[in-house]
Amino acid sequence: MNSAFLSVSYLLSGVLFILAIRGLASPQTARRGNILGMLGMAVAVTATLMLPEIKDIFWILLMLLGGGLVGIFSALKVRMTALPQMVAAFNGLGGLAAVFISAAEIAAGSPAHLEASLGMLIGAVAFSGSLIAFAKLQGIMPPKAIVFAGQQGINLFFVLAIIGVTAAYTINGDIELFEILVCLSIVLGLLLILPIGGADMPVVISVLNAYSGWAAVGIGFSLNNVLMIIVGAIVGASGAILSYIMTKAMNRSLLSVMLGGFGLEKTEDRQQNSRDRKVAKAGNPQDAAFIMENANKVIIVPGYGMAVAQAQHVLKEMADDLRKDGVEVKYAIHPVAGRMPGHMNVLLAEANVPYEDVYELEEINREFASADVAYVIGANDVTNPLAKTDPNSPIYGMPVLEVEKARTVFFVKRSLGTGYSGVENPLFFADNTIMLYGDAKKVTEEIVSALEQK
Amino acid sequence: MTDIWTLLTILVLACFVGYFVVWGVTPALHSPLMSVSNAISGIIIIGALITAGVAEMNTSKIFGLIAVFLASVNIFGGFAVSHRMLLMFKKKKSPEEKK
Repeated sequence: MNSAFLSVSYLLSGVLFILAIRGLASPQTARRGNILGMLGMAVAVTATLMLPEIKDIFWILLMLLGGGLVGIFSALKVRMTALPQMVAAFNGLGGLAAVFISAAEIAAGSPAHLEASLGMLIGAVAFSGSLIAFAKLQGIMPPKAIVFAGQQGINLFFVLAIIGVTAAYTINGDIELFEILVCLSIVLGLLLILPIGGADMPVVISVLNAYSGWAAVGIGFSLNNVLMIIVGAIVGASGAILSYIMTKAMNRSLLSVMLGGFGLEKTEDRQQNSRDRKVAKAGNPQDAAFIMENANKVIIVPGYGMAVAQAQHVLKEMADDLRKDGVEVKYAIHPVAGRMPGHMNVLLAEANVPYEDVYELEEINREFASADVAYVIGANDVTNPLAKTDPNSPIYGMPVLEVEKARTVFFVKRSLGTGYSGVENPLFFADNTIMLYGDAKKVTEEIVSALEQK
Repeated sequence: MTDIWTLLTILVLACFVGYFVVWGVTPALHSPLMSVSNAISGIIIIGALITAGVAEMNTSKIFGLIAVFLASVNIFGGFAVSHRMLLMFKKKKSPEEKK
């Protein structure tokens, strides 16, 4: 086994990974892309196992088998609404793996102190950060932002301490300093994610994803491994770009998300402002069914509330019934609908909604003017016109779906409550809005039975 | 051994490749993108394999083996859940109805 063979295998594997991501450019090529990714991994692992340094393979195979079974089992079992927490968990495990690899290198007496420390600390932050993100998404912890006085000062202290200890460890290589560094990094990861609220989770997941990539880069430097650097950089870029897209869709900066505390302060004073003066019109599902079956074009705007109510399947039924009546039905998705980037697309795909019917914000916004009905189900903030008109609103500047341009807007909601941002939606009181109060699934079921009765 | 400047060159070029390839991903597939990239970040497993492959059982090897386990959960799980998601993205007139 010579080094040329290894280099060629790693090159092949790197190319396969790039093609894997490239495949995700369209749903037709995506499955092939994923398989190319698996192939790339298989090539890299096999070539590595054939190295002369690998003298004992029994335990490795055992661990591969065990880890593989755990991974596949949880991947097949997870519900699609719980996808974000599983991605968070996997990210965390990847981060922890990076910590153990660095520790193993140090224990084996590697001289690459700085590189190993970098890989370790990014991995540790990814691990403990993902732990908090998982707990918040899974509902083990309240999803609210946890803020306390002096938080940013403490974080800054930890960052400085980590830089100091890393420098000291790089110079004298004392193993105890490395252990301190592990603890500091894990605590920093916890502190960084605690102040981030539920609505910002899509950003957090993306950032943690980026960390797992940069951790691989760090380990790649410490092991002098080109493939890890290439793959880590691509994953890091992917996480960074997704974070950017998510923050842009919320009109926030990454810094303000990471500093946290969104949706806490401004809630109370705003709620009183207009609540009592205006009256929202309420309708019943039968009226809604009547109006929709006589429409030419209906645009459905699903939000995370739809997923929580598990209404995606009955929603698809409603769309199918309307199509039978000759109504044109489209779905409009805001980038931050759901709890991770692209989450809503997966949930609709799970309900067998063809992806050609699902449109992104920029594609669909000008179509609302020609739509007879906008059916907003479980979404709120992403339709709020205050984002365009009220510079004082915390969501000002956020791109929104312009549902108010449709002739009739149905809002399926439990109450007139505000969304995550704590901002009241003036659309509830607009002349062309009809509120359908109730559980998203029940209301839609009643519409379906009304549609099917005649 | 490759020197640090060569590795840095590779890193910067790889960032550019990543940047352009990832912008090409359709927004509808951002969730699969996360799980695929999560799976391939499990490439750190090759670092774990090297430390876990030594003959004698010592601290370093045990840490390496733990890392192999963790990374393989990540790899297999990531690819499996991506595959599951991508199976659901179907074109309009697809006759097969899969749950």
